[in-house]
Amino acid sequence: MILIFLILIPLITGILSFAVKGEGAKMLALISSMITMVVSALVSGTNFKETISYSHSWIPTLGTQFSLSADGMSSMLCLLTGIVVLVVMIAQVNKDVEKPGAFYGFLLLSQAGLMGVFLASDALLFYVFWELALIPVYFLCSMWGGEKRIPVTFKFFIYTFLGSLMMLSGLIYLSLQTPGLTSYSWADIVRAGNSLPPQTQMWLFWLIFIAFAIKMPIFPFHTWQPDTYETSPTPVTIILSALMVKMGLYAVLRWLLPVLPAGVAYWSDTVVILSVIGIVYASCIAMVQTDIKRLIAYSSIAHMGLMSAVAFTHSTVGMHGIMVQMFNHGINITGMWLIVSMIENRWGTRDMTKLGGMATIAPKMAIALVIISLASIALPLTNGFVGEFMLFNGLFRADSAAHISLMVIAGLGIILGAVYTLNMIQKTAYGEVSKMIIAKDLSINEYLGLAIIISIIIFLGFYPKPLLDLTAAIAGLIVK
Amino acid sequence: MGNFSHLVYLIPLFPLIGFLINGLLWNKMPKTLGGMVGSVAILASFVVSLGIFFEVKDPAFHGPVIVNLFDFINSGKLVIPFSFQVDALSSLFLLIITGVGFLIHVYSTSYMGHDDGMVKYFAYLNLFVFSMLLLVLGANYLVMFIGWEGVGLCSYLLIGFWFKKKEYTDAAKKAFVMNRIGDLGFLVGMLLILVNFGTLSYQEFFGQLHSGQAVVANSTYNWIALCLFIGATGKSAQIPLYTWLPDAMAGPTPVSALIHAATMVTAGIYMIARSGALYSLAPMILQVVAIIGLATAIFAATIAIKQYDIKKVLAYSTVSQLGFMFLALGVGSYTTAVFHVMTHAFFKALLFLGSGSVIHAMGGEQDIRKMGGLGKHMGITQATFLIGCLAISGIPGLSGFFSKDAILSEAFAYNPMFYILGIGAAMMTAFYMFRLYFLTFRGSFRGTEEQHHHLHESPAAITIPLIVLAILSIVGGYVGLPEVMSEHNAINSFLSPVVRNFGEHHLAAGTEWALMGVSVIASVIMIGLAFSINKKPKFEPNKGLALALENKWYVDELYAAIVTKPLQLFSEFLDKYAERRGIDGLVNGVGKSVRWGGDRLRLLQSGQVGFYIFIMVLGMVLIFSLSFFWVR
Repeated sequence: MILIFLILIPLITGILSFAVKGEGAKMLALISSMITMVVSALVSGTNFKETISYSHSWIPTLGTQFSLSADGMSSMLCLLTGIVVLVVMIAQVNKDVEKPGAFYGFLLLSQAGLMGVFLASDALLFYVFWELALIPVYFLCSMWGGEKRIPVTFKFFIYTFLGSLMMLSGLIYLSLQTPGLTSYSWADIVRAGNSLPPQTQMWLFWLIFIAFAIKMPIFPFHTWQPDTYETSPTPVTIILSALMVKMGLYAVLRWLLPVLPAGVAYWSDTVVILSVIGIVYASCIAMVQTDIKRLIAYSSIAHMGLMSAVAFTHSTVGMHGIMVQMFNHGINITGMWLIVSMIENRWGTRDMTKLGGMATIAPKMAIALVIISLASIALPLTNGFVGEFMLFNGLFRADSAAHISLMVIAGLGIILGAVYTLNMIQKTAYGEVSKMIIAKDLSINEYLGLAIIISIIIFLGFYPKPLLDLTAAIAGLIVK
Repeated sequence: MGNFSHLVYLIPLFPLIGFLINGLLWNKMPKTLGGMVGSVAILASFVVSLGIFFEVKDPAFHGPVIVNLFDFINSGKLVIPFSFQVDALSSLFLLIITGVGFLIHVYSTSYMGHDDGMVKYFAYLNLFVFSMLLLVLGANYLVMFIGWEGVGLCSYLLIGFWFKKKEYTDAAKKAFVMNRIGDLGFLVGMLLILVNFGTLSYQEFFGQLHSGQAVVANSTYNWIALCLFIGATGKSAQIPLYTWLPDAMAGPTPVSALIHAATMVTAGIYMIARSGALYSLAPMILQVVAIIGLATAIFAATIAIKQYDIKKVLAYSTVSQLGFMFLALGVGSYTTAVFHVMTHAFFKALLFLGSGSVIHAMGGEQDIRKMGGLGKHMGITQATFLIGCLAISGIPGLSGFFSKDAILSEAFAYNPMFYILGIGAAMMTAFYMFRLYFLTFRGSFRGTEEQHHHLHESPAAITIPLIVLAILSIVGGYVGLPEVMSEHNAINSFLSPVVRNFGEHHLAAGTEWALMGVSVIASVIMIGLAFSINKKPKFEPNKGLALALENKWYVDELYAAIVTKPLQLFSEFLDKYAERRGIDGLVNGVGKSVRWGGDRLRLLQSGQVGFYIFIMVLGMVLIFSLSFFWVR
């Protein structure tokens, strides 16, 4: 029963928000996200051992049910969603947007959709939430975005909608294969998928996978991402990169790997190789970016590349590493975007050639930037390290030349990651102070938002056990 | 003895607390208090380290003590605890790190006294010591790796401490990235161990190696040993990853002494000595280690001959001395390498701190062409610096003599050619060190009038550490007397329970005396040569070979041409063509043709997107339904 609140709270406050005028919407969103965050923490807290479920009849004629269930992975992602949206709202406290009612309304609706995606255990319900999460983002991008927002949103729309449609047709096809009556429940979909002959699974794989590959994104389905991140307002960029990207990976783990094992087995080498190419490719491109937002967008593609590669290697430790890293990547990239928006606010530009001197003029911001950057290059004793170590461990299962070379190529990402991340620190934080619009350090709400992020980075860096324990069981189940 | 080894967690805890206090209150603490907190934290660690050292030294001490703190990673079969190991090797490194570290902290309270960032500086320094202690205390490779990357971070932060100068932050970045290249080797090595042996714990891994219960191919040992060694070349500045260390001199001088001479750069030697059981099974890689070490020792020494920056000379000297240590490791004498780590920590920290005292007196000037005759103004600095020079040159009676002699005679027993080349490097060492000494302290002053007026001896906080280190540089060698002088080699027997050398070499007493004589005579000749050349120094622009040496054999330029530039061009190509024109162009093309098609269809249809989508869905459902029935 508690699960439905994770969806209902943001859904109801989101709808209400459209009716609220002025500052009220901001407060409503802040309070709503606080409550949601507490509920998601409760779910994760009670969820170390058992799976929580909730079910209600929905559209019986279609064979679909309103059923939710939360295991370790779902509740971990709900917790991440709760934390990230709360931090976003805290950071928004001293910012003004046009039409705040609609803006926060769309953000909250998107949160409701995300929670639904992570909780749904019915394929049609999953699809509905998937769209509920995405549609507000189209509006947010096209109405509050920066320059070029219309063509960029159009590209984003084409990409994701194409994927969504293919996924829907794939899921419908699967539901028709279920034993007995048509059913969309996860267990029936898994049974149906497993019973399909390998030849069918092979093409069905791509029908379903494309949507997830676009969302993650996997090379070469990624080109919507840098443009969209660059154009979207910061809260939307955070939702997209910290949460929606996880939606794609989560969907692979929940709705693809267990459903089409033969298809996955057939294509896994292809996906692993594409992902590993993507790591090096995106890292190289990140090195030559001058806009910080694009740099971070490409670095995120590299990070996701490692996770998607490992998702297809059938390793328990690797799968566990993915769980850990999904959470940590979400936290770290949220912190990164917060700082980027503060830079834009202070210096009026994101062009790194025009930045510099943060460590002199805004030392607290610079300290936060350095810590978050170090976490994103997975320095030990930050949260990024344990996950990355486990991921590499997953990628490197056997002592063979093929595995060593795969590992070394993926490992180039570690070196290149250090290059572009330290470049970014050098160009923004160090050097003489460049021209600024507002020369001031962190405000209280900015401080609070970053403090939450950094506390998580350090705590999980030293003591990753809670996160590991939460997701251990499900990681083992997925790999079997 | 008491039960100190169970308190081992206190040793890294004190610097961590120091870091937290100074780090969190960096803008509120008074400077002197910050320095005090930082120094006291290290002193406390040193006291515990002493206790542990004597406990380990006691004959009643049996085997390593493992202290488990908590499970760091626990995932199915993969369980890696956060645990510390107390044994002879780690306790010796603890003493070096906290002992020399404490002296350098004290020195820093004066050296950095005028810097606004002093509290931040001590926070970084404490964080460094914390990481370095984790590195040597870890009971498994993962904890070593945590410390390993941690010291790399602190090195980065401290090299770029004066972050307004781009040159400095460039040097910091270079250090971090080159270390990361090595770290990838370390990581791959670790994963190879994990895949083949299912553990990262030293005890379990070496236990399997000793008992021979692990069935793996010889090539596996070679691969693991090679990967770990690649890690070591990054951290310990060996060919081909050494070029960051000379640039790292951009950091404050005490940092150079602590991190880039006495402790961090010896981490690679620690790693291989710790993994001796593995390397003894991979003799081929040991040979690679020896050759790389020897080559680095010679190569760096040649560059040091023609450097004019006082710290650059010492930096190349450090690279060269680290090369000697790898030579010792490579010929299988791990304990000798550790011995040289210790003596080198004393005399090289002394030399760096001495150079800091000189730089302070010169008002920041580091060019030895503008110095000269400083001995008249700063007697203690001069005297202690001279002791450092004598020690590193291998003059009998001082610590460097014993450790270097031990390395050279081990090299002789392994392969006389290695000995001859080693003597060559040692001769260059004596030459460039005394060139440095004569140019700095003797002759007449060549700087400006104002600088001359300003010359003074440094305060006690600086001279006392110099004196203590000078004493250690003299007596530190007596723990490792050569076989011909004494039956008992204290350091070898202390380390022997943990570190088993590969192949014992015994030279005839006559041979050993002869080798010693040759190296001493060679050094003395070179000192004389350095004196006669630099009595009346003239600095004309270098030509030919000298110019190549002054420009460090153009290695930086070479790396730029074969790695940095091509990578940059490749990345720009990917960004401009593969990404924007290629993939994105294709996608936009599809988008455009969809629009184009839409425009045509509009003539027939309503033109509403919703309608198209409806048709698409309907079409797909139809296709799948049909194929469903058709399959049946």
